[in-house]
Amino acid sequence: MNVIVERERGLLELEQRIAELKAQAAQQPVDMSAEIAALEGKYAQIQREIFGTMTPWQRVNMARHPKRPLGSQYIAALDQFDELHGDRHFRDDHAIIGGFAKLKGRRVMAIAQDKGRDTKEKVYRNFGMPSPEGYRKVIRLVKLAAHLGLPVVTFVDTSGADPGIGSEERAQAEAIAQSLYELADARIPVVATVIGEGGSGGALALALADRVMMLEHSVYSVASPEGAAAILWGDAARAEEAASRLRLTADDLVRFGIVDEIIPEPLGGAHRDPDAIITRVLDRVDVALAQFVGVDPDVLLDRRYAKFRRIGAPS
Amino acid sequence: MAMPEWLRLRRAQPVSAEDAAQWTKCPSCGEMIYRPDLAANLWVCPRCAHHFRMHAFDRIAMLVDTDFTEIGGELIPGDPLGWTDKVPYPQKLERDREKSKLTEGIVCGFSSIGGFPVALGVMDFNFRGGTMGTVVGERIVQLFERARERKLPCIVFTASGGARMEEGMLALMQMAKTTLAVRRFQDEGGYYLSVLTDPTTGGVSASFAFQADVVLAEAKAAIGFAGRRVIEQTIRQKLPENFQTAEFLLEKGALDMVVTRAELKDQLVRLLDYGVGAKQQPRVPAEVRA
Repeated sequence: MNVIVERERGLLELEQRIAELKAQAAQQPVDMSAEIAALEGKYAQIQREIFGTMTPWQRVNMARHPKRPLGSQYIAALDQFDELHGDRHFRDDHAIIGGFAKLKGRRVMAIAQDKGRDTKEKVYRNFGMPSPEGYRKVIRLVKLAAHLGLPVVTFVDTSGADPGIGSEERAQAEAIAQSLYELADARIPVVATVIGEGGSGGALALALADRVMMLEHSVYSVASPEGAAAILWGDAARAEEAASRLRLTADDLVRFGIVDEIIPEPLGGAHRDPDAIITRVLDRVDVALAQFVGVDPDVLLDRRYAKFRRIGAPS
Repeated sequence: MAMPEWLRLRRAQPVSAEDAAQWTKCPSCGEMIYRPDLAANLWVCPRCAHHFRMHAFDRIAMLVDTDFTEIGGELIPGDPLGWTDKVPYPQKLERDREKSKLTEGIVCGFSSIGGFPVALGVMDFNFRGGTMGTVVGERIVQLFERARERKLPCIVFTASGGARMEEGMLALMQMAKTTLAVRRFQDEGGYYLSVLTDPTTGGVSASFAFQADVVLAEAKAAIGFAGRRVIEQTIRQKLPENFQTAEFLLEKGALDMVVTRAELKDQLVRLLDYGVGAKQQPRVPAEVRA
């Protein structure tokens, strides 16, 4: 059970009572404003208690919240989008959506991971776990973007690359390695935003970028907390403990120089106001892209090299 | 072959208590093997041809013509996350240093193989399961950068469980960092051969291992992205024995070739011969002109 969903339950009940009272007040001549204000005060207080300071594990759960805005919603909010399908070899991977787009009038190549909302969609999108074909589609789209001079914009949200038999047979490792390899020398700006879960190499394959941003309550980790706990203690149930050690929050990663910018979420998380957060993310992507306009591709590549070169280098 | 000076220095002390024991059991067929015989047979079981995992310096000794000049050996990992699980990370490192007589999970340097000067990197599973942390990443990047400057071909032997958890995202980022170095090296004409040895998985297989111009694998090596156990848990069934082996991947088209350890050096020399200086070769080969 998602710990954020659990903690939200009380809040939602309170929210409902306030709405009921307001409806009553509108129909009856009795003044209930004091009562309503009291409840609203209580509501705000509980909200601050729950969301004011969040533990790493709570953030993991927020990043996995069943109502969290998904990659496809960011894509849908673009001015214009024309999806390009498939890897030209095997099939079209639905865990990754990509295509030509316009973002605030700017022509871009947009690529998003999507986990799916309901059961049917989740199965269709393989729960957001890309197969090798997904990464090969990314490679193709990045090549195309570089060919035409379009910046690449990615939205990262995956628990990790698909670990199935078919993915291994079609060389998942090679597909991710080559996606990184393509981004390493793509002569166009690349801006990546982690909107939910940044699950290890399966996420990084879309995030070797000139600017890396994270939503405030998204997470980005070398391994899933469950996977880490299983390896460290042979007990996936100790995921909460693992989450607190992996340093997977946006704050941690800015401190390490791995993430460039944190995009704040409304109190209670992105799903409390999806339209606002999606607009805010697209605004920040646009600002980032504007900074790269006119930058010589050689300079861009040198900076990209230097940006990652210093991570973990001796000081 | 006389033991080169650098290797003898490395081996002044016994590698481990195990080393004192002169017999070892083949994990594949159970055969008891006299260790000096095993070493003489390139750490391959004389009965079932099981390829033992090799110590990085034994591997280097097996390949190089004479000298080996190590680079980046002075770099040792810190504890950027202040990590503790069952034991603190610095203690694990200390233990591995003692056990393996290595300072990290990879040894990098310059040497020559079959007369070809090369940059050589050899990972060692004995140190933190060959996992890639900041120092492994940094050593690899330095190797490729210096090979690029010196215009040398680069050979990397991989053996790794993936990114090192104890260094968190700093470890994951080494996938990006090494990729950038490999790409720049190749874009400027560098020739890169990788040899995937048992086991090569996770963040290492998903970065520099599979970015080489020619990707070789040692016979029977386990190679993949996800670990075998993770896949079995996901699909809730046992995997076939040959799944994720070098031979399996060769069949699927993911590798250029699978070689036995006995053939390895000759194969590498032939591959170096095809690629090194090929751009400068006369337009009509000598055998045709004659």
